[in-house]
Amino acid sequence: MTARNAADPERSKILQALEDQDTSLILDDALENQMILNMGPQHPATHGVLRLLLKLDGETVVGSVPDLGYLHRGYEKIAENGTYHEFITHTDRLDYLSPISNNVAYVLAVEKLIGLEVPRRAQYIRVLVSEMSRIASHLVSVGSMAMDVGALTVLLWTFREREKVLDIYDVLCGARFTTSYARIGGLQQDWTPQCTTMLRHFLGELEADLRDVEKLLSTNRIFIDRCEDVGYISREDAIRWGLTGPLLRAAGVPRDLRRDVPYLVYPELDFNVVTLTESDALARFYVRLAEMRESAKILHQALDRLPAGPFNASDPKRVLPQKERTYTKMEELIHDFMLINMGIDPPIGEVYHAVESSKGELGFFIISDGTAHPWRLKIRSPSTCNLSALPVMLKGGMISDIVAVIGSLDPVMGEADK
Amino acid sequence: MNSRIVERLNAFSRESVEGTDEFRGDLTVTVRRADIVRVATFLKDDPELSFEQVIDVIGVDMYRPDFRFEVVYVLYSLKNKKYLRLKVRVEEDHPVVPSVTGVWAGADWAEREAYDMVGIKFEGHHDLRRLYMPEDFEYHPLRKDFPLMGIPDSLPLPRR
Repeated sequence: MTARNAADPERSKILQALEDQDTSLILDDALENQMILNMGPQHPATHGVLRLLLKLDGETVVGSVPDLGYLHRGYEKIAENGTYHEFITHTDRLDYLSPISNNVAYVLAVEKLIGLEVPRRAQYIRVLVSEMSRIASHLVSVGSMAMDVGALTVLLWTFREREKVLDIYDVLCGARFTTSYARIGGLQQDWTPQCTTMLRHFLGELEADLRDVEKLLSTNRIFIDRCEDVGYISREDAIRWGLTGPLLRAAGVPRDLRRDVPYLVYPELDFNVVTLTESDALARFYVRLAEMRESAKILHQALDRLPAGPFNASDPKRVLPQKERTYTKMEELIHDFMLINMGIDPPIGEVYHAVESSKGELGFFIISDGTAHPWRLKIRSPSTCNLSALPVMLKGGMISDIVAVIGSLDPVMGEADK
Repeated sequence: MNSRIVERLNAFSRESVEGTDEFRGDLTVTVRRADIVRVATFLKDDPELSFEQVIDVIGVDMYRPDFRFEVVYVLYSLKNKKYLRLKVRVEEDHPVVPSVTGVWAGADWAEREAYDMVGIKFEGHHDLRRLYMPEDFEYHPLRKDFPLMGIPDSLPLPRR
């Protein structure tokens, strides 16, 4: 590495250690006692392959440099070389804890580009699956954060509940993780009465489970001591660093795209935007707990109002036909062939569309040159932007708090590294 | 709202605005490269517009003879609940853009990513290293002349 920061020799030493794969190095002055420590990418508390270079003074974190790229798969390059339909499956692998909401976010961006209105039933089903995935993702986040600070029981309980959401995915689209459920102009399959029954059953048990989690943690001395005032970031810094999602709402900014820049049928649904002002790891935990309850509220309303009708837009030149019809109808077979091999023909233009995913603002920026492939597709992933503020939150904290702060950020490296 | 933004920008500095474009309700304002920090500071500090957050900084390779690269800034105003895109056009032989990290700290990693992927250098960025690729990687993968399959031997395998 070139010594780009020659003015700051300590910093260049940290960067050198990043390159040399040294696990530790001690800086010149023994009495100052500052040590560089490498954490990850194979550390269980980094939620994937996040690597941190830490500068420690005793047990206090003086500085930190996150290092990304261990899960970089070049999705933006892949997108440029495929059709719009082909990229849907890749969006599953971004935030793999809430794959369906990524599918929905991507197809919404494409539909904005081509100016396609989807039927109301499809919009309601998209709200249903997005909120289900928010609950599933927050359950993992709450459970794994508690595990990071030493409470393993919560993780097992929340995973048990999350399993029920995955079972609904399984019935809905035939896959538990890699759902690829949304389609340009609609959905892969219709919502079924069995899904309604399963979802009602899940929602009935969710409240009791959330109460159990609260009973275990909200008066737990160890959990509160390890999370309170840990990973603090001021309201101004949270805005300046471009934080979004539960992190920003825990800092007292009521920014929720479902409310602020409405999409789908969210304006018709009644829910609260949860905010707290403490802006520490504990506040983020409580924001996520409360958001799960709000999502459950949305799910109940959406189930009650789910309209009948088609779940795909009637636009055979741009919407994939149903599979069983491609097997039996000539016209649909031709359209399927043309869409799969040639793709759609979008207008020339640029769009940015963002949704409120479980981690924050998930946006897709698409430049179309009028051909069937995106000229440029940029994924604005919330985990990357939230992680970039990690050094601000870690500075001045204890080394043992690092795992609690990372847990409260809830990063998913599949999304952060793209 | 979109016309109001253009009005305010023109009132602030007419010669900085090279053009505006509206597509599907999204407003894109093309700004002269040298003025990007001035315009960004104005947009952030203006009490009426107050674009407090930079959501993303995107490097684009347009692969054309003039102004091969573009940098697109996605801004968000918490007050007006409104998005705005700024665009700066960059020549191939001098791909340098002033950094806006001094205006919004959140542009830090986004600019590093644009540098890593497209090779646009941000002048005044305090730590312009690659974000995803190894530091000794010679190419910029999201340029259109970089092949999808990669370049053989461009990534050395680990020694151990």
